[in-house]
Order: sequence, then structure tokens, then C-alpha cells
Amino acid sequence: MADDPFVLGGTSFSSRLIMGTGGAPSLDVLERALVASGTELTTVAMRRVDPGTQGSVLSVLDRLGIRVLPNTAGCFTAGEAVLTARLAREAFGTDLVKLEVIADERTLLPDPIELLDAAETLVDDGFTVLPYTNDDPVLARKLQDVGCAAIMPLGSPIGSGLGIRNPHNFQLIVEHARVPVILDAGAGTASDAALAMELGCAGVMLASAVTRAQEPVLMAEAMKHAVEAGRLARRAGRIPRRHFAEASSPAEGMARLDPERPAF
Amino acid sequence: MSRTSDVLVVGGGIIGLVTAWRAAQRGLATALVDPEPGGGAARVAAGMLAAVTELHYGEQTLLGLNLASARRYPEFAAELTGASGEDLGYRRCGTLAVALDADDRALLRELHSLQRASGLESEWLSGRECRRLEPMLAPGVRGGLRVDGDHQVDPRRLARALVVACERAGVVFHRIWAERLEVVGDRAAGVVATDGTVFTAGQVVLAGGSLSGRLAGVPEEVLPPVRPVKGQVVRLTVPRPYAPFLSRTVRAVVRGSQVYLVPRENGELVVGATSEELGWDTTVTAGGVYQLLRDAHDLVPGITELPFTETRAGLRPGSPDNAPLLGPTALPGLLLATGHYRNGVLLTPVTGDVLAHVLTTGELPDEARPFSPQRFSAARTEQPV
Repeated sequence: MADDPFVLGGTSFSSRLIMGTGGAPSLDVLERALVASGTELTTVAMRRVDPGTQGSVLSVLDRLGIRVLPNTAGCFTAGEAVLTARLAREAFGTDLVKLEVIADERTLLPDPIELLDAAETLVDDGFTVLPYTNDDPVLARKLQDVGCAAIMPLGSPIGSGLGIRNPHNFQLIVEHARVPVILDAGAGTASDAALAMELGCAGVMLASAVTRAQEPVLMAEAMKHAVEAGRLARRAGRIPRRHFAEASSPAEGMARLDPERPAF
Repeated sequence: MSRTSDVLVVGGGIIGLVTAWRAAQRGLATALVDPEPGGGAARVAAGMLAAVTELHYGEQTLLGLNLASARRYPEFAAELTGASGEDLGYRRCGTLAVALDADDRALLRELHSLQRASGLESEWLSGRECRRLEPMLAPGVRGGLRVDGDHQVDPRRLARALVVACERAGVVFHRIWAERLEVVGDRAAGVVATDGTVFTAGQVVLAGGSLSGRLAGVPEEVLPPVRPVKGQVVRLTVPRPYAPFLSRTVRAVVRGSQVYLVPRENGELVVGATSEELGWDTTVTAGGVYQLLRDAHDLVPGITELPFTETRAGLRPGSPDNAPLLGPTALPGLLLATGHYRNGVLLTPVTGDVLAHVLTTGELPDEARPFSPQRFSAARTEQPV
């Protein structure tokens, strides 16, 4: 949307959907899903790709003109994450990094202490840091204070498809944010993405909801529309919720077709 | 110096070997160039013939070819054993795919519906029934699919048998690397080896696995879009007093990654496999081995008692749609047999038959039409918006 650009780390994007590549059944399906999603920015796990290989997921992104957002998936300590981010900057020639520091493999939830530590180090080192964080408004504020370029709270655990479990926290995070807030993890279907945008998120990041769907290409298109619809709804402003009905058609001046017989 | 044949196969993995063997059987003078025939990804592969348990959404076309090849295995194994004197370790033991928690169970239930919708035989078992079949399974097993039609073969013995069968059928082995495809006029005419020797042939079959996209001299538009997908595999041994330990292939998805245990009759137990997009790297890593053993231990706790025999990493030849590239290319005289990805061992019999048919008649048989390499040249000209 030309009148409503999405600015992240100084770059302007017209799509507010950031895609991940994990879980795609094949490169061919991934490519068609990325096209259908309309995404302009896609994350790739630094530890799981080799930037030099032809015909890899990176070649697909290159061919489609989609920017690579390297992430630090698989890191458990701030030290590992910082090292991985530096390798990614070297390999991809970008300061953008999606910072992930995971606490354990069962939940894949972020480790807040290691995350904040790594974020601070990387910001000082000149990175544009986009941290994957818990939906904790206090931590979100602290990440912003150390200079992160966006806040990426989880709706629910990675790959769970459970949607946004605590919409109220999202509202609190958005209200206090001076940087874009992006839903990261948890979206299971289109309504989850639309809800994130209605709550005031600047964008949505997802992978499994598309790559593990029965028809990934269709779901990618659904997500594209959901993000656009949610953004428009947010800008339009929803009506207040009421307890009782309020007729949408005017009651005055209604035609009386047959005065002897009521219509119902 | 130049040597000539009707057919020259580039690559001596199981796909190249089966192509050469079948071509020679049809009376074609056949040569094969590879520094070490019988090597390649088959040296690492576990050898599951898993057409049913490896079913994925959107891969129904590939399923047809996988099933066609699985059906040929009994006869193929018998014929190859007859031709080579080697036992292939072909075992009709079946496969049990199990779920370790409620999430895995839901996923497996979904696979079961897809299998049934595709007309495949697969039986749902409770956790208790699974453990009655395989008492070594972890107590936490929540249910599983019994697929008696998914068998196994030992890929190393398969490769050895194919080398012997090729030799006996008169295939000439050039034990050297092919460096460049020789194109004369607008036709593939042979290859130049690293020492400068030229091997000419009427038809050249490129069967180089993950290396197939790297042969110099192949015109850009016919170069197969194949990439290496690394897999690490661990081998354990079941000591005699523990036998049989497992009586069929057992597999599961643990925390999103596939793990399988394939028990051979000779006591070998193969635990596989990671799936990594790391280019040409074939390093065995601590993380890879840890992940395999951790997941295998979740599935079958008793593996910790077994002797640890070997670790190895190989490269699967992955194509953009996970299906193989079989048959003629746009360059006359050049054919492909590559891109078999996870299914190389399973697809060996059908690949041999399809290539022999093309090499003798010039036509792809119906069952192989969807796998023509030309499907990718069409997609490349049609640029996405």
C-alpha cells in the first residue's frame, strides 16, 4: 500500500508479511508460496544454510527479489547468538538480524535474560536488531530501550498454531512502542494474522502456518489478504462493542405495504 | 586418446549403475565413468523402501512412481542376486511409525487419513498394540501406524551387487572423474576425463547425484536444478544376546525432526537422518549425532546399551519438487537420471527400467512422463511476477 509504507531499519516495504522458510515440503512449493504471499522480506536460519550453494533456498529468494533476513535460530546463549549474527553479516552483507535465543527445545520460548544481553551487544556492534521475544510488555520496553529496531513478540510457541494467546499484552506492547511491533510465531490461520494487525502490529511474521498447511500456496495467499485486511481495519477504527443491538437500517420513513396485514 | 560406446553413464552410484546394467542387458555397448563405482549417497543411506510412510501432501504424482518401484523390488532383488551372487539384504519386515505425544499423534492421524484417501494400506494401532509388536519401544508411545508394505534393503550391498552385475553384463568402467561434457555441433557426444581422455558415446546419461548440476560443458538451460541436502546417519550394532531388539523399521517425528531405526538381519541398526541445507559440507557434527541419538533414545531407550559402530554424512540430490529427473533433455544425446532426493534406493528398479526403455526406443514410458527434466525448463521461462 503506497500511502502506508512499512519501514523497518530504514528500509521501506510495501508488504507487511515477513515469511520464514522452515518446514516447506519442497523448494518448488516454497517458491510458489512466497510469490503468493507477496512478501518482500524472508528469514533464513544462518546455521541451516550455506550462502554459497546454488539451487538452495537462497537462490529462490534471489530469483524472486526477496530480501534475506538472517536469524539466529538454534542458539541457546547470548554468546552463540552474537557469533552467529556476526557470521550472518559476513555471509549476507546485511546488518539486519532477527535475534533468537531459545531457552529450551521443548517450548522453544525465548530466554529473556540472554536475549536482552545479546540485543545490547549487537546494537552496540552496529546491527539492526529485530528480537524474537516473549509477549512481555516490560521486556519489550527494555529491548526498545537498548536500541532494537522492532519488537517481535510471540503470539504462542513456534509452530504451535495457537494464535495470539494474550491479546491484552499485545495491546500493552503496541501502546508503549516507539518501534514497529511484529507478531512472530503462533499464527495458525488467516484470522490470527488479521487479529495481530487489528491490535496494532506493524507486521506479521510466520512460517509453519503456510509451509505446513495442506495447500501452502493457498494459505500464503490467505495470509497476504489477512494482513492487508487487518491493517485496513486498524486504520479504519472499529466500532465500539455494545451489549444490545442497534439497527443498521433507519426505522423512520419505513413503507407500510399493507396496513391490514403486518409484515411478520 | 578416445574410446567409444553406445551409452556412457556419468556417475557410478546406484542410479548410474542400475542404468548401465539395464542398458547393457538390452545389448547396448555401455561404459560408466566414476573414480569409485558403488560409492555415493548409497554408502550412507539407510535403505528404507518407504513409499507409504514417506507420503507428503502435494506429492501424489511421486507416490505413483514410488509405488511402482516398490512393487518391482521383490523381482528386482531376485534378479540382481542371481546376476551378481550377492544378497541385497532385502527384507519384507514392514514399518511402524509411532507418535510420542499428543501433538505427534495428531500429525500421524492426519498422515493416516492421507494414506487412506490415497488408497494405501496402513493400520492404526494403540500405543499398547505398538509395544506388543516392538517391546523395546518407549512406554510413552501414544499410537502408531503399521505399514507392512514398507520394506528395506541394504544400500551398500545393493551397490556392490550392481557393480558385479554390471561387470558381468560387460559394462566398461572408466575409474576416473568426468571433467566436462563434450558437445559436438548441437549434440552431446561424450565426456572429457580429468586426465584428458575423451570417452565418446551415442548417448550420455548424467547420473551424478548431487554433483549432477556441476558438470562443466553442460549448457545452462539443460543443467539439472539439483542441490545437495546433507544427511547424517549413525550405525549401531545389536549384539547377539539382544537380538532381534527391533523386528521392523521403527520411526517417529520427534520435536519436528524425523528419526528412524532400521534393523538389518546381520545385526546392524541404522539411525537416521538429519536433513541440512549446507552445501557440499559432509562433516559429521556433534550436534547431528546428538540429535539423532537423543531422538532415537526417546523412541527406543535401550539403544544406549548398543555398540556404536559408525557415523557418516552423505548428500541427497534434491530437486525443486523433490521428484527425480528422468529421460531426455533439450540437448540431443544427453539424458538425466538424477534428483532422486530421499527416494534413490526405492526408485532404483524403476529408474533402471525407465532409462533402458528411453535409451532403446527414444521414448519415455507413460509412468515416467511427469518426471521429464523438461518440466523445469518450462517453469524457468515462465517468470513469476
